[in-house]
Amino acid sequence: MATTARRADRWAGVVSFLDSPWAAPAVVLVVLATGAALLAAWYGVSAVSAFWFGSIGSWYGFTSGTLVRAVPLILTGLGVAIAFRAGVFNIGADGQLLAGATAAAYVGLEWSAALGHASLPAALILGTAAGALWAGVAALLRARFGVLEVISTLMLNFVATDLVAFLVRGPLQEPLHIYPQSATLPSVARLPTFGPTTQLHWGLALALVLAGAVWWFLARTAAGFRLRIVGANPFAAAVTGRVRVTRVAAWAFLASGALAGLAGAIEITAVTYALYDNLSPGYGFTAIAVAVLAGLNPVGVVFAGVLFAALETGATAMQRDAGVPSVWASVVEAALILILVAGASIRARAGNRHLRDAAS
Amino acid sequence: MRQGPAVSLTGISKRFGPVVAIQDVDLELGAGRVHALLGENGAGKSTLMGVLFGLVRPDRGTIRLDGAEIAIRSPRDAVRLGVGMVQQHFANVGAFTVAENVALGGQGRYRPRVATEQVRITAQSAGLAVDPNARVADLPVEAQQRVEIVRALARGARLLILDEPTAVLAPAEAAALLAWLRQFAREGGTVVLVTHKVAEALAVADDVTVLRGGRRIASGPATGFTLSTLAAAMFPKSDGTDDATRATPPAPATGEPVLRAHGLAVRGDRGERRIVDATFSVRAGEIVGIAGVEGSGHHELLQALAGVRQPTEGILEIPGRVSFVPGDRHRDALILDAPLYENFALHGAGARTGLIGWPAMRGRTQAVMAAFDVKARSPRDTAGSLSGGNQQRFVLGRELDARPDVLVVENPTRGLDLQATASIHRRLREAAAEGAAVLVHSADLDEILALAQRIFVVHAGIVREVPPDRDGVGRAMVGAG
Repeated sequence: MATTARRADRWAGVVSFLDSPWAAPAVVLVVLATGAALLAAWYGVSAVSAFWFGSIGSWYGFTSGTLVRAVPLILTGLGVAIAFRAGVFNIGADGQLLAGATAAAYVGLEWSAALGHASLPAALILGTAAGALWAGVAALLRARFGVLEVISTLMLNFVATDLVAFLVRGPLQEPLHIYPQSATLPSVARLPTFGPTTQLHWGLALALVLAGAVWWFLARTAAGFRLRIVGANPFAAAVTGRVRVTRVAAWAFLASGALAGLAGAIEITAVTYALYDNLSPGYGFTAIAVAVLAGLNPVGVVFAGVLFAALETGATAMQRDAGVPSVWASVVEAALILILVAGASIRARAGNRHLRDAAS
Repeated sequence: MRQGPAVSLTGISKRFGPVVAIQDVDLELGAGRVHALLGENGAGKSTLMGVLFGLVRPDRGTIRLDGAEIAIRSPRDAVRLGVGMVQQHFANVGAFTVAENVALGGQGRYRPRVATEQVRITAQSAGLAVDPNARVADLPVEAQQRVEIVRALARGARLLILDEPTAVLAPAEAAALLAWLRQFAREGGTVVLVTHKVAEALAVADDVTVLRGGRRIASGPATGFTLSTLAAAMFPKSDGTDDATRATPPAPATGEPVLRAHGLAVRGDRGERRIVDATFSVRAGEIVGIAGVEGSGHHELLQALAGVRQPTEGILEIPGRVSFVPGDRHRDALILDAPLYENFALHGAGARTGLIGWPAMRGRTQAVMAAFDVKARSPRDTAGSLSGGNQQRFVLGRELDARPDVLVVENPTRGLDLQATASIHRRLREAAAEGAAVLVHSADLDEILALAQRIFVVHAGIVREVPPDRDGVGRAMVGAG
């Protein structure tokens, strides 16, 4: 009995730390510092400095590199967070992003002559709708037939990837039919940057506004509350709240896909201006890490998105300037997620022990 | 066929912490006989069967098998001695075939053809219709139950323990199972049938034992009992001590009817009939007790009255607001990780629109906490950090705060101590006094008797009103009189 009590005391400190809002930032700092130290020891200080200046150590690197890359991560991260909050394990943000990108590219290329200045909003809106539609396939399968969304969304990722590969070699291929990519978008269908000397575009503003909007929706509205309780305890939501659980989860699924679709549309209209293979370097998967690191909090998603964007941008710069493999960033990302997930499960287990102690 | 074992358990006692589960219980099981073990929830049936199947180590007592004293330390020992158990909740793998499920937990290599053949032979010689190649998840419940039996038989069981086997079955399926059990016994097998259902026990059993409060109350050949004598053993006449919890003799309510059911039919989760043709009405200001043994249909009736289960036939009129205190509060009434004020907002979440004013919600939560004596530091505490009594007062307070015309309550004091129970009872009486119609079910008949002015008994899907005396209600619950 005494040993159990002492063990509980030892965990109590860990648990109260894990419960504090400083847990995630502290873990991030420790992991980053460790990563940097290992990097310096292995490849020398030049690698660290290339990483630093490529990601956040220079104004250009930060704005045109990190923040540009953060936009799709924030948007898909918001989408994943909404879905997870509702208990929907949408891991198909990558496919939904590609669906959005494809729709936006199509609108921008085929309809811009007719639409003129309406092309850009049309591309963004239809891209968003396409993402929702792509998620809608899995949402329908889940609501009607109980198909696990983890499987269906993962499979739909492959469908989307191969669909894009087909389109850029077929119907949407550039006029010369040489490269596996679409033609470039006319300027009326492009999302403007903040200025001539930067790559940073208005998509960032959109992402920040949407992060605030999602936070407000979840925290303040009745519909957002329904979404949260459906994820937290669907039985109580149905029995005590009289909430139509299946329907709420389906809407959350669609909203999740819509955000990923918008991320794809923004990539096309603001960054690449064309559709091609490998458009997404796995944004939709990094988004899961972003959402988890953020504790599924929409405001946290912004910081986590910028952090992961900085890691990936810095790693690219490091590979280019110092010849250090960019997989370093993936290792750091993975370490972060592992530690946080382990922390969460320690907390859950210690919490259970706490309840058991109280019960006996 | 090999004879089943004759088993005698003598002086079995088991405590769990301060709780005495069974005390000095004897049980004689004869080869070729069906023995019904009767008792209400918490009577000690499961503990006693756990001892026989090696799941529970008794503190005292001896087990003799065909005269020789033995120790059963684990289910593996039990299986080796020819004891098999069919649990109420099946332990099968839905994605596996019947043969794979039967082979699961066996020893040595798995050879599909051998396993399939073994299941076929076992099922055939036992007279059970089972397809070895069917996927278990595709099978209806009664077939899954046969798979469980075949699994026990395939391990050489000659003594079968079945825990509430007919609770999940439709009447015709139950009759078929009971007929099979008789057949199994006729061929020399030994059967223990654990049940709430007295009529069922009398119909198939050779011997009957009644447990109550962990003690053996009655035991003997089934021919020596009637429905009435068994009901009296399971639900004894009150000795007067329970009346202390009754504040005032309940007066008949004179309010307007606020709930009317006419020809109501309700089905269970699998579409099985649970309530048929129920007609009754409830007035404002009265407390109606709904009594019934497990599986009688009362649970589905309460859900229908609370509006969380759609009746399949008939008319259910409830013009006013309905609040529901479900039996499983952790699952159906609370979000344990969420703060109390969000749990407060849970009621009516489906109908709410627009924005939620959380500061006002916290204020109302605080008011309910004060009014219902919910001990927590603040509305920001999580529901999971509260004790069971405080959780239940919170849930009841939340549901009454909505000023319901009808309050449906299921097992309101399960797991609560005496003081918490008394406070919940007082609140329910106050709610009725203020004009709500209260419908309360409890697994504890005394609780219903202490609270209710009128009592409806649900037996085998039939709802009927019974005068509120212990003897009559007890007999009606088991289908007698």
